[in-house]
Amino acid sequence: MSQTRETFNANLAWRHRTGWLFAAVCRMATWASVVFLAVILGVIVMRAWPRLSPDFLTRFDSYKPESAGMLAGILGSFWLLSFTAAICVPIGIGAAIYLEEYARPNWFTRFIQLNISNLAGVPSIVFGILGFTAFVRMFGIPRQTIVLGLGFADVRIPLPFGRSVIAGALTLALLCLPVVIIASQEALRSVPASLRHAALALGATKWQTISRQVLPAAMPGILTGVILALSRALGETAPIAVLGAAFFITFAPGRLNSFSDLGQHPDRLVNVPFDQFTAMPLQIYNWVNEQSRDFQQHVSAAGIVVLLVVLVLMNGSAILIRQHFQRKIRW
Amino acid sequence: MNAAAAETSTPLPAETPRGSSLKRQFSWNGTYEKIIRVLLFGCALVSVITTASIVFVLLYESVLWFPGHTPFFGKVSVVEFFTATQWTPQFEGNKHFGIMPLICGTLLTTMTAGAIGLPMGLASAVYLSEYASPQARSILKPTLELLAGIPTVVYGYFGLFFLTPVLIKPLFVNVLGFSVDGFNALSGGIVVGLMIMPMVASLSEDVLRAVPSSLREAGYALGATKYDVSAKIIVPSALSGIIAAFLLALSRAIGETMAVAIACGNRPQLTLNPLRQIQTMTSFIVNMMKGDTPVGTIEYQSLYAVALMLFLMTLTMNYVSQWILRRYREAYQ
Repeated sequence: MSQTRETFNANLAWRHRTGWLFAAVCRMATWASVVFLAVILGVIVMRAWPRLSPDFLTRFDSYKPESAGMLAGILGSFWLLSFTAAICVPIGIGAAIYLEEYARPNWFTRFIQLNISNLAGVPSIVFGILGFTAFVRMFGIPRQTIVLGLGFADVRIPLPFGRSVIAGALTLALLCLPVVIIASQEALRSVPASLRHAALALGATKWQTISRQVLPAAMPGILTGVILALSRALGETAPIAVLGAAFFITFAPGRLNSFSDLGQHPDRLVNVPFDQFTAMPLQIYNWVNEQSRDFQQHVSAAGIVVLLVVLVLMNGSAILIRQHFQRKIRW
Repeated sequence: MNAAAAETSTPLPAETPRGSSLKRQFSWNGTYEKIIRVLLFGCALVSVITTASIVFVLLYESVLWFPGHTPFFGKVSVVEFFTATQWTPQFEGNKHFGIMPLICGTLLTTMTAGAIGLPMGLASAVYLSEYASPQARSILKPTLELLAGIPTVVYGYFGLFFLTPVLIKPLFVNVLGFSVDGFNALSGGIVVGLMIMPMVASLSEDVLRAVPSSLREAGYALGATKYDVSAKIIVPSALSGIIAAFLLALSRAIGETMAVAIACGNRPQLTLNPLRQIQTMTSFIVNMMKGDTPVGTIEYQSLYAVALMLFLMTLTMNYVSQWILRRYREAYQ
């Protein structure tokens, strides 16, 4: 008995030392992530400093590092994300509503669910190849242009879409779809069943219940998921590069280069989706691949700073939406 | 079929008098509801169509054989594809299509990434769920989310212009005396490791937190130290979830494109030396595609064959991960 106690005591010191070491290792590994973030941001801001100026945001790209700017990428990414959201959000929320509210628990529903979680794990570059084949080339159909007269402007729809904004937006929409569906499903699931029962008991139809009670209640969660998915799409380079979006371009989609352009030629708006484009991450990739050191290290770093600022703004708005609505809703 | 079965099973009174309000009759509201239902079903079907078209597109150029269309594996034999040791699709007159160098490059970066990202991620998860104070969590969780949200081009830039010249070259060339390429697998692997670490941390933390506290308390009651409880009780109880998280993270590392395309270079080499320039499957695809490869040529079709390999590898890992979660999940009451 006393011998056990002695071994226990002798071991106890050793066990405490192991425990202390283990805790220290875990603590260091975790705080290392803060250090990494600080180093990454520090290095990039430092390298970007000489090239960061307001002009950088309002100029187009150039062969000279002093006069290179990011306007084409900023406007390109803006249009790209707008169309991505317009395509992916309704489909994603619709699919989530079907799966959560309508679908019966049979093999087909399980199949769709499994399929969505697998799709979320497919590498983005594979989506790029799908987009290239299905939207840019449209499986090799012969080239043609459909002209739609709208009275004030003609819409020129090239078929296949070629390397246009709409081909990029469709690809990114498919890429975002699983994320949006999964986030919306979780938001819908968190709406209490009593809300649905109350609406149905008052004589509302199923769709009235969903559209007027369940959806508004789930909206904050859905919006957060959508913004996070879109901010991931904003940083995606591989699928856009595979689509063959332009690397060097000195105009914005639809030749709408400024607000005054928009005022003078509002009719160009209808041709935005079918124009060539570049995007912010693609411009950065292009600059990294340039020959001159100034482009490689400083101009690309400035581009990264702009991209990160936009991302932080988007994520920040997602957090604000979440907090704002969380305070209001009490079940 | 199911819908019809459900319609008939609706509990309608058997002898409904004709003309009563309970009779099934046409109404605009009912039609509207049905249209909505069909539309929503269509939305849900989009994801299935997407998967089907991915599979079709990849198989069409690489495997499907019909008159007037020879797929990639009709021009290059499967045996050559998997056993030849050279990948030179762009060399005129001397084209070799052996995927080994690309797979080797992918495995090299993935293994480096795993060696860094997995233990760090797991250690962070243990710290966050067992040790960290609420204040520490409130700093660490957003930091991990930010790290996970940084675009992959940024990681590539960091690897190529910071890790290689500032850390790897001084250490390996000046101190240890190795030769290091300007593009190397090590820098790419390290940044991909940093990239998957937040994912491992948050997924594993969720499973660690799901372990009921009664297990912890039982451990403490038997005289275990905090280390004993964390490393010998909590982690083993959550092992299936942790392994699933590891597999998901590795599958993401395999599919990662931009960071390795920027930091690791573009020379397909059959080497296990992480200080050499290599090419991964993903960086081959992105480099080939942006170079305007003529449609229908064998180089063009090789893209689809490589993408098919990539798709199969990540899909298998995701399936195994889901299977482990389902099969070995410990359900605690």
